[in-house]
Amino acid sequence: MGSKSCSESTLERMEKEYSEWQEEYRKALKKMPERLNRFSTVSDLEVRPLYTPLDIKDMDFFEDIGFPGMFPYTRGVQGSMYRARLWTMRMFAGLGTAEDTNRRFHYLIDHGETGLSTAFDFPTLMGYDTDSQLARGECGKCGVAIDTLEDMERLFHNINLEQVTTSMTINPPASIIWAMYIANAENRGFSRKMLGGTIQNDCLKEFIAQKTLMLPPEPSLRLVTDTVEFGTREVPRWNTISISGYHIREAGSTAVQELAFTVYDGITYVEEGIKRGLDVDDFAGRLSFFWNSHVDFFEEIAKMRAGRRLWARIMRDRFKAKNPRSMLMRFHTQTAGCSLTAQEPYNNIIRTTTEALAAILGGTQSLHTNSLDEVYMIPSEEAVLIALRTQQILAEECGVTHVIDPLAGSYFVEALTNKMEEEAAEYIRKLDELGGMVAAIERDYPQMEIADAAYHFQQQVESGEKVIIGVNKYPSERPDLEFVLRIDDSLERGQIERLVRFREKRDKVKLQKAMDELRRRCEGPPCWENNVMPALIDAVRAGATEQECCDLYREVFGTYSDPGSF
Amino acid sequence: MEKDRKLRILIAKPGLDGHDRGARVIARAFRDAGFEVVYTGCHQTPEQIVSTAIQEDVDMVGLSILSGAHTYSFPRIMELLRENRAEDITVIGGGIFPLEDIPKLKDVGIKEIFEPGAKLQDIIGWVRENVKPREAVSL
Amino acid sequence: MGIIDQILAGEVRATARLLRDIDDQVSSSQTILRELYPYTGKAYVVGFTGSPGVGKSTLVDQLALRYRKEGKTVGILAVDPTSPFSGGAILGDRIRMQRHFLDSGVFIRSLATRGHFGGLTRSTNDMINVLDAMGKDVILVETVGVGQDEVEIAQSAHTTIVVTIPGMGDEIQAIKAGIMEIGSIFVVNKADREGSRKTVREIRNLVELGMRRREESNGWEPLIVETEAVKGRGIEDLFQGIEKHRDYLLANDRGQLDDVLQKRARNQLMEALRDEALKTIVGRLESRGVLIDDLVRKVVDKESDPYSVVQQVLAEELR
Repeated sequence: MGSKSCSESTLERMEKEYSEWQEEYRKALKKMPERLNRFSTVSDLEVRPLYTPLDIKDMDFFEDIGFPGMFPYTRGVQGSMYRARLWTMRMFAGLGTAEDTNRRFHYLIDHGETGLSTAFDFPTLMGYDTDSQLARGECGKCGVAIDTLEDMERLFHNINLEQVTTSMTINPPASIIWAMYIANAENRGFSRKMLGGTIQNDCLKEFIAQKTLMLPPEPSLRLVTDTVEFGTREVPRWNTISISGYHIREAGSTAVQELAFTVYDGITYVEEGIKRGLDVDDFAGRLSFFWNSHVDFFEEIAKMRAGRRLWARIMRDRFKAKNPRSMLMRFHTQTAGCSLTAQEPYNNIIRTTTEALAAILGGTQSLHTNSLDEVYMIPSEEAVLIALRTQQILAEECGVTHVIDPLAGSYFVEALTNKMEEEAAEYIRKLDELGGMVAAIERDYPQMEIADAAYHFQQQVESGEKVIIGVNKYPSERPDLEFVLRIDDSLERGQIERLVRFREKRDKVKLQKAMDELRRRCEGPPCWENNVMPALIDAVRAGATEQECCDLYREVFGTYSDPGSF
Repeated sequence: MEKDRKLRILIAKPGLDGHDRGARVIARAFRDAGFEVVYTGCHQTPEQIVSTAIQEDVDMVGLSILSGAHTYSFPRIMELLRENRAEDITVIGGGIFPLEDIPKLKDVGIKEIFEPGAKLQDIIGWVRENVKPREAVSL
Repeated sequence: MGIIDQILAGEVRATARLLRDIDDQVSSSQTILRELYPYTGKAYVVGFTGSPGVGKSTLVDQLALRYRKEGKTVGILAVDPTSPFSGGAILGDRIRMQRHFLDSGVFIRSLATRGHFGGLTRSTNDMINVLDAMGKDVILVETVGVGQDEVEIAQSAHTTIVVTIPGMGDEIQAIKAGIMEIGSIFVVNKADREGSRKTVREIRNLVELGMRRREESNGWEPLIVETEAVKGRGIEDLFQGIEKHRDYLLANDRGQLDDVLQKRARNQLMEALRDEALKTIVGRLESRGVLIDDLVRKVVDKESDPYSVVQQVLAEELR
């Protein structure tokens, strides 16, 4: 590695023997040709049959690889990694009512889960109360319905919010849901200074991929920055954004696109924080990331390693961060939902296992493993237990956590890591040229890149070039699983009744006053005095529902729909 | 100078989920198969979908949904089509459905359900086989 | 109720189906169009042209809302390109017009170019007539927006709006090269972006230059309006601008409305004549067993040339 470790004569000999081997390879192929016309990753990145020190001869150990917990953090964000503390086992959970989800939380904790992660239903994600006309038929289907502070209380009943860290997957209404979380914690006597967790709060990837669209990009960024500012001052242990590649990948991007667009979203959030007048070192350390771990084993490990190095360099060179913590790409990982198949669902256990292993070897800080039935529905208890056990077995039985970044120095993994970083850097240059992420989104640039990749992949599946076992190879019918969960439509009625009762007992004058203050802040220029968070905490305490706050946002800031070009 | 009539298809996503990967892939595939595809994006109510289908005079509506809210939206769409005397428009669904729901959806008039893993070519083939442009209006 | 009465009563399903027949060039639709023609001429037609991404659909959406506030009913025709490879198309302009989906006073139709150049479809003028006959007060037409030759709209619309955004130098060149002459109103959309004032200045210069050049100035000086369509800003100005242009046309003191109507009628007449003549001649040839392919062969083999073939055919068939 590097001219430092390889002398000229060694290199010469290596090149000579490499061409000799190539000759051998050609000869062997004459007897038995290659199995495939082209060997490529799931993202269609072509890979060669063999990698050698020649592929990484320009690398510098200290500059490019180094030691864990040290710049450029290729090998991990902590010096001790999993020898001291395993990643947080954080299963994404949310179903039906707040009570149903609370029960699931306790079930997971009882079986060894170490962090909570909340899935909200679609009305909650889109900022509508359960009784909205637009919410018909959605209540509790894909997560838990949270309309009010009371729902939030029931959701975290009997859970010590200073001891557990809670992740909440919520985007446009993130500020409101976070305000409910803080208000509930304080009502129960916990200190906001001690609360730990994450709100996803990544509006940019919604425009790019997941399309949970509510407000236009500019006010969306303002609200995100309000939460960053509030967190920096008031809730110092909270991760205020989980900058997410996961959904970009699920929408069909390549690994490089996931890496590049996500890192560029991160750049945008840092720029916004600086514009607000914050010191980069005061808030950058609370930004966290969220990767998808797809089925292509080495590509994922390389992506995660490259991500850490790329982010550290960007924070040091582009933003002149001084605090090492600002340079750390800490991340959560979820195995790829889009790699699961409805056919032969038990195979999903195997896919999830290799994807989880890639996340572990990639150095993740927390992990959700998909359940085998997650392709149909929110997971059942039976299936979620297997998924949690998958993590526990990988963590404690098979020894992969004993050694830090064990794949470092692999010619292939290092070369692939370099490739990921280079190609992502190319996208970053392109996005700079386009005038930043918001301008690119308005031009549909990232959306189109992803749609092209998704269509390309689908065509490769149709032609058989990419294999999915049970689907396009050894095809099989979808079985009738006994334990698939069903969320009953009748739940909606109960939730609406609760909501109506809740609205009736509010102090109307107090509520109006709180909402007026929230409006005043929204209409004012973005700054600490107009930060929405304190007003939101008061508003939800006064009984404001999620939709009431979102309607105010929509009124003041306007709405947004997808440009939808093809 | 009459030509073969072109199939017109509406691809719509009812409900609040924004996962439009499937809808976008199928819209492209239909375009590449020579169909005219009206695409209205995510978050459509049944009322909006039916109104669009009628104004655009489509031969088929393809509904893509992943949230589980099909138990409400699919029957509602069929009901609205009947109310508007537009039940001649073929409706198909794509996405994730509990197995026991599939016969129920067919009972309310959804012609076909395509599940994860369905091949684009098979879907296009089904459309060519089962959906014919409607007759011209006469004086 | 027959189809004519249904259309005149504003029945949506019947109208939508007739539009389809027109687009597919079903011959029976011509008979219906003929019957409807006496009922046309009441609607005011506004055209929108400009490159993709400048926000035409959003402007149309906002203007439709504004007209609805006046109590006017609105028809919208939005054109997207047909893929030259497959003949298929994805029509996505409606995405930005969702708030009107449930308003019975708004009828939206997406159209594919189907190989037609010039910004509209072959069927657009006929469709305008149908929407007119069904009782829409205002018809907003959005062109496909890909070329500098999108001048067709000016022959269909009373008021033609050319839309651009700041910082598109090429755009100004395009306006200079082709569509300068057709704009009754120029809109600089996304006016919150850097360079908006500069774009306005550049257009103003072009407008002044154009006014000087116009041989017989008909007295209308094109307006320039800045908008931020997404936020609804500038829409009132645009609306008032269209009203102003409408007043100017309706005054007809210099025959300006006659000009518009004549242009449109001439265009439609010539198009219909071309279509019919071609259809008739090809029909006659075929009935005599002469195939176009055979004539093509002759030209390819240099047995004859296109000019002589045409002379011959016309001499034979138009005797």
